[in-house]
Amino acid sequence: MGVGIQVEKLNAWFGKTQALRDINITMAANHCTAVIGPSGCGKSTFVRCLNRMHETIPEAHATGRVRIGDLDVYNGTSATSIRRRIGMVFQKPNPFPTMSIYDNVAAGLKLNGFRDRKQLDEIVERSLKLSALWEEVKDTLKKKSGASLSGGQQQRLCIARALAVQPEVLLMDEPCSALDPISTGKIEELIFQLKEHFTIVIVTHNMQQASRVAEFTGFFLLGELIEFDKTEKIFTTPSDKRTEDYITGRFG
Amino acid sequence: MSGPQPVAKPELAVAANAQSGPLIRSGHNRFADTIFYVAMLACGVCVLALVCLIVYELSSKSSLSWHAFGWKFFFQSDWDPVNDQYGALPFVYGTIISSILALLIAVPLAVGVAVFITEMSPPWMRGPLAFTTELLAAIPSVIYGLWAIFVLVPLLRLYVQPWLARYFGWTGLFSGPPFGIGMLAAGIILAIMVVPIISAITREVMTAVPQQQREAVLALGATRWEMIRTGVLRNARAGIMGGIILGLGRALGETMAVTMVIGNRPEISKSLFAPGYTMASVLANEFSEASGDLYLSALVEVGLALFLVTIIVNIIAQFLVWTVTRGTPARGHA
Amino acid sequence: MPDTTTLPAATLPPISLRRTVTNAMATGCAVGAVVLVLAPLGAIFGYLVYKGIGSINWAFLTETPKPVGEAGGGMANAIAGTGLILLIASIAGVPIGIGAGIYLAEYGRNRFGDLVRFTADVLNGVPSIVIGIVAYAIVVLTQKHFSALAGGVALAIMMIPTITRATEEMLLLVPNMVREAAYGLGVSRWRTTLSITLRTATSGVITGVMLAFARVAGETAPLLFTAFGNQFWNWRLNQPTAALSLQIFNYAISPFDEWHRQAWAGALILIVLIVGAVSAVRIAASRGTLKGAN
Repeated sequence: MGVGIQVEKLNAWFGKTQALRDINITMAANHCTAVIGPSGCGKSTFVRCLNRMHETIPEAHATGRVRIGDLDVYNGTSATSIRRRIGMVFQKPNPFPTMSIYDNVAAGLKLNGFRDRKQLDEIVERSLKLSALWEEVKDTLKKKSGASLSGGQQQRLCIARALAVQPEVLLMDEPCSALDPISTGKIEELIFQLKEHFTIVIVTHNMQQASRVAEFTGFFLLGELIEFDKTEKIFTTPSDKRTEDYITGRFG
Repeated sequence: MSGPQPVAKPELAVAANAQSGPLIRSGHNRFADTIFYVAMLACGVCVLALVCLIVYELSSKSSLSWHAFGWKFFFQSDWDPVNDQYGALPFVYGTIISSILALLIAVPLAVGVAVFITEMSPPWMRGPLAFTTELLAAIPSVIYGLWAIFVLVPLLRLYVQPWLARYFGWTGLFSGPPFGIGMLAAGIILAIMVVPIISAITREVMTAVPQQQREAVLALGATRWEMIRTGVLRNARAGIMGGIILGLGRALGETMAVTMVIGNRPEISKSLFAPGYTMASVLANEFSEASGDLYLSALVEVGLALFLVTIIVNIIAQFLVWTVTRGTPARGHA
Repeated sequence: MPDTTTLPAATLPPISLRRTVTNAMATGCAVGAVVLVLAPLGAIFGYLVYKGIGSINWAFLTETPKPVGEAGGGMANAIAGTGLILLIASIAGVPIGIGAGIYLAEYGRNRFGDLVRFTADVLNGVPSIVIGIVAYAIVVLTQKHFSALAGGVALAIMMIPTITRATEEMLLLVPNMVREAAYGLGVSRWRTTLSITLRTATSGVITGVMLAFARVAGETAPLLFTAFGNQFWNWRLNQPTAALSLQIFNYAISPFDEWHRQAWAGALILIVLIVGAVSAVRIAASRGTLKGAN
């Protein structure tokens, strides 16, 4: 089951440049929240702050409070432990190039010490079924490398890999921007089904995609959260003029 | 909205472990990360420590000789272990002359090869040619020396040296009995050994010159050679100079092949036919037999001087190459 | 509109003869340079085969040298000695070299890292005989005799900078998103570096190590007063040991024809081993990494 996400007064910097200002947002469990906005508005940075991936960039830091379920992300546990409870899918599919499909999916578990062969097999199968890839690869699990799949398949492999560690939240940073329309469609269907079991936050620059998959949408501009509401409302009767300008294509 | 195949509601609740916690142990990550970082840092520090170690050992073991002779050590010519008198000038002279001779022969050849490979050769030839010149760099020094003793030296003695003496003897550079062994042989074998390095660097900097430069010159109606000269070589000048100096650095420190053909006589002579001695050669020949503290110390001082000279030369060379290629990692040439 | 019909036809003179000839001569000189450079290469390999092949037989590969004046004997102990010294060198040289390479690639994008990088390049340019002196000072002087260990130490010092820079280069080629994927899964940094980054760069790192091996296998100068050489078998670390390159040198400068013959044979074996290693590495590198991955 998914959990809710609460963000209070989140600020983030790259060195001296401030990328996020005082973000306050609550995202509902088992729903999909879309994060939209023009390039450079901080939407990727926001999502990367949720699992502290922001810290992997030298001279980047963040302050504020992020609670995911009962987990306080910035206070107490190490970043590495946080990331085991939150799954992430990146813009460009990035399977581990020297590993087979099986090993890719199992990577998150194996690298953290999980050894039980039988359970690994079950989890790999289950994760691949969840990401709608099982039928296509079940015969070549250990023979083909992760990088030998097509772009859309690779991204579904990355989703399976993220799901294998059974996170409660799934973060997706523009997961379809490098894919063709057919693969994009398949992944959007996937998100729809995954919502039942996980809380999903998806960054997208494609407003139609946001309206297709997300119940809630947040609009970011220049590092600030301008408006956050039901997707339907954002796209039909936005409260803020800036939101309306973006939706109608006056900029961005 | 309906999905395609109904994804079976996954048995996510594997027992009641719907959290990821029990599946994965939380390890002692921070501790392990720090240990790993320290271990890798230690390896990096090792590299620094090695150079410091070299400087320390060379300086301390040569201090005896330094205190005995001071700067005169490098300006005196008498190398007399029997009477404990040491002057290293013949070695300095031999090192410089053999290296300069090597560069005089090698630079035109290396640049010519580089120009051919980069600008003139048909594409299918490029790979094999480049590979072959690099193969030259892989041959060990002792094998060059072996070939030089039994093939190059007789060639010099029987054909080349008499010819040189006949037509160019008036310069004074080619006088004295043509033994084959001597400064000329050393210079030639050094040249062959140094060509691959100069050629490889020259090729690298020539390739780094942007295509637009070549096109600009060609568009003005230049011939191919003119394009190479003004569009490429001129731009790569600093880098080529760096390659040459790198070759110089290699030539200065080259030991085995030179030792085998230079004649190993600590004398200074104008003629290239005469035997000579280099800093590296005297170390190779006499170090293992050196008895007596002052003797050993004098030899180590020669080694220290060689070390300092090659380091300075290499630093200058790398800086020059860097200005053209902008800091891509320098390859350690085999 | 300007009247373009009365413009004179382009009247540039034809390209001068001097320039055409210069161009042709330049091409000729370049070709000549290639020939002059490739000729000794061909000659060296040719002579090695011509003079050496006849002397390589089972006895040569399995026997130790015979006393002066007697015919026959072989270089078995020298070949083994080279192997022993390389083994000692790699035990210290390979881990430190790879470790320093990891440091430079993953942690060393700063001033200290630049210093280490610079020092590694400097170390690469130190003449091998000077490194021999240092190994002599550290090992031989303390142990009071020549040894295989001293030879190994000298070669290790030579291997480290080559392996370091090659490892760094290969690790930097691994795209950052592969590391990010691992971090995103909650894998700790040290585990990511070893199990993911290094694993992806494995074939390149092996290439670097093999090239370092090929380079030091033929070195003679640093062994002259460390390993020193030995007419007999030796497997002990603290005794003088024969090495293929040393043996070739000693035989080549000797006055005996018999030994000259064996020097050629030994040289042929050495060059085959080195060229074999370099070529194998090249072929493996051009075939790319694993099945389907790139």
